Amino acid sequence: MEKFILAFVVGGAICVLGQILLDVFRLTPAHMTVTLVVIGAILGGLGLYEPLIEFAGAGASVPICSFGNSLVNGALTEAKRHGIIGVLTGIFEVSSAGISSAIIFGFIASLIFKPKG
Amino acid sequence: MWPFFLCIFVCFMKNTMLGIAFQLEGVKMPKQQNYLPTQAEYQQLVKQYEPKRPLLKNCLRAFFAGGIICTIGQFFQWFYMTFFDFTEVTASNPTVASMIILSMLLTGLGVYDHIAQWAGAGTIVPVTGFANTITSAAIEHRSEGYVLGVGGNMFKIAGPVITFGVFAAFVVAIVRILVEKLGVI
Repeated sequence: MEKFILAFVVGGAICVLGQILLDVFRLTPAHMTVTLVVIGAILGGLGLYEPLIEFAGAGASVPICSFGNSLVNGALTEAKRHGIIGVLTGIFEVSSAGISSAIIFGFIASLIFKPKG
Repeated sequence: MWPFFLCIFVCFMKNTMLGIAFQLEGVKMPKQQNYLPTQAEYQQLVKQYEPKRPLLKNCLRAFFAGGIICTIGQFFQWFYMTFFDFTEVTASNPTVASMIILSMLLTGLGVYDHIAQWAGAGTIVPVTGFANTITSAAIEHRSEGYVLGVGGNMFKIAGPVITFGVFAAFVVAIVRILVEKLGVI
């Protein structure tokens, strides 16, 4: 049960960080998400993001920062196996679920739904 | 082999750093140009009438919306860890996929935009916001045809995230590998 509370608090805190980037630093939403992804990638490279996921569960894996982290993770694990070229071949390995499901279901949605408003 | 990669890496770093710095400057300080006196006065006037952003209220809303979305994600994660063979870290993949499907349904039904208006960053930061931009772009451009409309515009808004995410991941991974090779860690 405390996992759910941790997920709520950590996820909410990351969203507040995003809101502060929007309101105080006057970034556009696109700049804000890009900043968060880059932060996630750097934290992933330093090896600090995995402990956060273990600590907060979905609170750390649902925000967009985890996308940057999983890209770095894929690149690094594949690089361990195949050397430096693994950075190129493995970069989408872990985050494939996110991107491919977004493309597939986005396309299905465009087949089913009509634009509103 | 190594000097070659190092060289590429240094060139890339230089360019991106310049690019990012330039962009931030363009976004943050558009008023630092040399204005005529009347123009400066007008800028003052604009600043005066610009609505103040309710920072605290926005942050609270973002906190609650983001927290609730992550709690739903945690429910999926718990589900995958209990009924399938996933660990804490590997369960995040199917969790993200489930959240994306949920977000696509809500976007298609037109509910997500209403939530997003209320919640601000609380719905943009979670991966559901990423799925929402892809789905809404796909639905919106459907009238232009499936190849050029849907296929061409799907990543119009979500593109920057993937581009910068992949490039940052590339740079970070190269740095990490270099540091490990040099034996610092």
